[in-house]
Amino acid sequence: MTNITLTVNGKSVSRDIPDETLLSEFLREHLRLTGTHVGCDTSQCGACVVHVDGKAAKSCTTLAVALDGAQVTTIEGLANGDLHPMQEAFTEHHGLQCGFCTPGMIMASVDIVNRYKAEGRTLTEKAIRHELEGNICRCTGYHNIVKAVESAAAKM
Amino acid sequence: MYPTKYHKAASVDDAIAALAGGEDGKFLAGGMTLIATMKQHLAAPDVLVDIRAIDGMKGVTADGDTLVIGAATTHAEVAASDTVLGLCPALACLAAGIGDPMVRQAGTIGGSIANNDPAADYPAALLALGATIVTNAREIAADEFFEGLFTTALEENEIITAVRIPKPAAAGYAKFRQPASLFALVGVFVAQTADGARVAITGAGEDGVFRHDGLEAALSANWSADAVDGVEVSSDGLMTDIHADPAYRANLIKVMAKRAVAG
Ligand SMILES: Cc1cc2nc3c(=O)[nH]c(=O)nc-3n(C[C@H](O)[C@H](O)[C@H](O)COP(=O)(O)OP(=O)(O)OC[C@H]3O[C@@H](n4cnc5c(N)ncnc54)[C@H](O)[C@@H]3O)c2cc1C
Ligand code: FES
Ligand code: FES
Repeated sequence: MTNITLTVNGKSVSRDIPDETLLSEFLREHLRLTGTHVGCDTSQCGACVVHVDGKAAKSCTTLAVALDGAQVTTIEGLANGDLHPMQEAFTEHHGLQCGFCTPGMIMASVDIVNRYKAEGRTLTEKAIRHELEGNICRCTGYHNIVKAVESAAAKM
Repeated sequence: MYPTKYHKAASVDDAIAALAGGEDGKFLAGGMTLIATMKQHLAAPDVLVDIRAIDGMKGVTADGDTLVIGAATTHAEVAASDTVLGLCPALACLAAGIGDPMVRQAGTIGGSIANNDPAADYPAALLALGATIVTNAREIAADEFFEGLFTTALEENEIITAVRIPKPAAAGYAKFRQPASLFALVGVFVAQTADGARVAITGAGEDGVFRHDGLEAALSANWSADAVDGVEVSSDGLMTDIHADPAYRANLIKVMAKRAVAG
């Protein structure tokens, strides 16, 4: 057991956890933040993506104990009163059907837009498809997800 | 996952002492391979020694015309480094094509080469570029480092601290991606070095990454995609799996070699 203190969605949390606890388990089972989904558990699908210190990370492949002092943002912490522009865009463009992949899609997409803006690169449709390679959706066929990311990028 | 004990190492000495404190400990970097392996119960280290916070393990510098990359530097950091783009743009391009953005923001060059997956990208680059792998104990030439499938010259308690890569006159990498895993079905790295052309192939060899004499001779004589046409690439010793048989991989080696030279 190790005691860790980190900031999750702006709030400081402190817990004693077994060292092998995955960040996905920590969020879902210790903090009951079940918006972060676990799809494959083999690092392939991206359903579990959250932000660690502002960067997208697969929470199913991250040890919580390594994150003492870190800032973690989950889908629950993205909206700031109003929905985040990425959440709005997914609603408007029907970027989801069953919704299982959506928290990871949205967290990965916000990271994509943030990186392209910071580096001053243009986010083309082709680039969005390449950047979303780590996020699998079994329902939508991706077209509306790509449209949603393009639309949100223009507003962020 | 089986229980384990985590230790964030403050220095190389601390990391080695912490590893010695366990029976079957392992170093942890990005965890993109190791944690997945632990979840599958293929590895059950009793001690995990995180080497990412050790001073000097992260970042890219230039030592004259030699690129020096800290072992804990992530794929995303290599892809975005102006120093890498200046001295060896093909390496930045390779790093930008590893896995997906989350894999690139966590996975490290040291973890990738220590793991030596037969379909990983970096081993091909380091072998073709004639890189040197620097550890806490010694310097190892890439030609001696990659020994076989998931096997390297590293001792159990040896830490990679950096890799040193001499600037090539020209270099290129082309990878045919296995679309589900994102790893190379075949990847070919070509480099014009002080010792002539060097060509290393990943994703194809039964014993992991390897150099190809025929392609090296042809490209040393004439650095052009056309020079690849006349080279015989045998399917002996190439991998077979549900994605591709040896003959298909042999053909892909030539196709990827041409694309890598053409840039
Ligand atoms: C979905 C997915 C797609 C991927 N696609 C690709 C791809 O296209 N191409 C590719 O090349 N790779 C790919 N990878 C693998 C990825 O590049 C890994 O990051 C890399 O293989 C391991 O690096 P790591 O830093 O995560 O190491 P870890 O998983 O932390 O460690 C791996 C091994 O290296 C050892 N180790 C780590 N650092 C050191 C060190 N400094 N000294 C000594 N030993 C050390 C560890 O003990 C462990 O045995 C993919 C991975 C995933 C999950
Ligand atoms: S649950 Fe983490 S990548 Fe699928
Ligand atoms: S909306 Fe169902 S998996 Fe993407």
